[in-house]
Amino acid sequence: MSSIRSSLASARGLGSSKTGVTHWWVQRVSAVALVPLTLWFVACLASQLGADYSSVTDWLSSPIQASLLAIYLAAIFYHSQLGLQVVVEDYIHHEGMKMALLITFQLVNILLAVASIFSVIMILVGAA
Amino acid sequence: MAEFRLPKNSRVAKGKKFDAPQGATNTKTFRIYRWEPESGENPRVDSFTIDLDKCGPMVLDAVIKIKNEIDPTLTFRRSCREGICGSCAFNIDGKNTLACTQRITDIEGDVRIYPLPHMPVVKDLVPDLTHFYAQLESIEPWIKTDTPAPTRERLQTPEDRAKLDGLYECILCACCSTACPSYWWNPERYLGPAVLLQAYRWIVDSRDEATGDRLDDLEDPFKLYRCHTIMNCTNTCPKGLNPAKAIQETKKLLLERRG
Repeated sequence: MSSIRSSLASARGLGSSKTGVTHWWVQRVSAVALVPLTLWFVACLASQLGADYSSVTDWLSSPIQASLLAIYLAAIFYHSQLGLQVVVEDYIHHEGMKMALLITFQLVNILLAVASIFSVIMILVGAA
Repeated sequence: MAEFRLPKNSRVAKGKKFDAPQGATNTKTFRIYRWEPESGENPRVDSFTIDLDKCGPMVLDAVIKIKNEIDPTLTFRRSCREGICGSCAFNIDGKNTLACTQRITDIEGDVRIYPLPHMPVVKDLVPDLTHFYAQLESIEPWIKTDTPAPTRERLQTPEDRAKLDGLYECILCACCSTACPSYWWNPERYLGPAVLLQAYRWIVDSRDEATGDRLDDLEDPFKLYRCHTIMNCTNTCPKGLNPAKAIQETKKLLLERRG
């Protein structure tokens, strides 16, 4: 409004970055994948309700159960990363702050994903 | 960063009050946002009570009556008074719509009229739509072809023509874009529902030969993907169109062309 630049120049800005399709699509795919995975996880929790430690570790020693749980955890933190990125891009308009938050969220989600999947592996191989 | 209160000079103060004329029995109060850029004063809400028996049925009739008979300084845009020009779009009773097609009697209690939300205000009910129009220009809303122009009209099957229904009717009143939270937060870069609907109108036009270029120009996290399918646009459109669906179809085409 108060700029001497033409309004069309401001509207065009830096142009299109030719990205965004993948982010949008995998956010939806991971959301859909989380529906059956969450149902499976809740059913597992219910079946282990009140069970002792060895019963739970026994259950997790099956490669199929452990793989499903690892995939579930990966999907959770991947989906969380995609969603938090959108929130930051929507609301944070300070470029430095935006970059810092995007990197922080990415690192935290990677850490949580790796740590939780490692825990599953450790139970699987009987190290915990 | 987020601001939770309006800046001091934007807080809305209580304004003047104009009572109903003597002997009026069927009255309605209109509370209208006023702001005078030259005065240096804060915006205020004036209250006008008018006689509905001496007024047309639509909100625009009342606003024109107020300007003619009570306060000639009341400033607003209007032209066709039949919902085709898109000039008299205001926030009426909390919803963006056209004053000329909004019945007064469909509103319970006082009629609150504000300018379209989250746009710079020029004066009273007149928002600055410069950037909105520039964004429309940026998507190049005209037919683009490389094939030499035919000597007669460009042909289109009835089925292909039907794809433009629900799109060509848009009158660019800006009700949808100014109702969209994503457009409120990122108006500089997000194109908003009205402009994206116009972009899709040219993307699906079977006569246009620049479909790929048009999709290229929209493939951007900010220009297009700030749309989170909130659907305020569809909810508020005074012409009953569905900008959210047009945006979704654009996203589907972008996915489809990746194979």
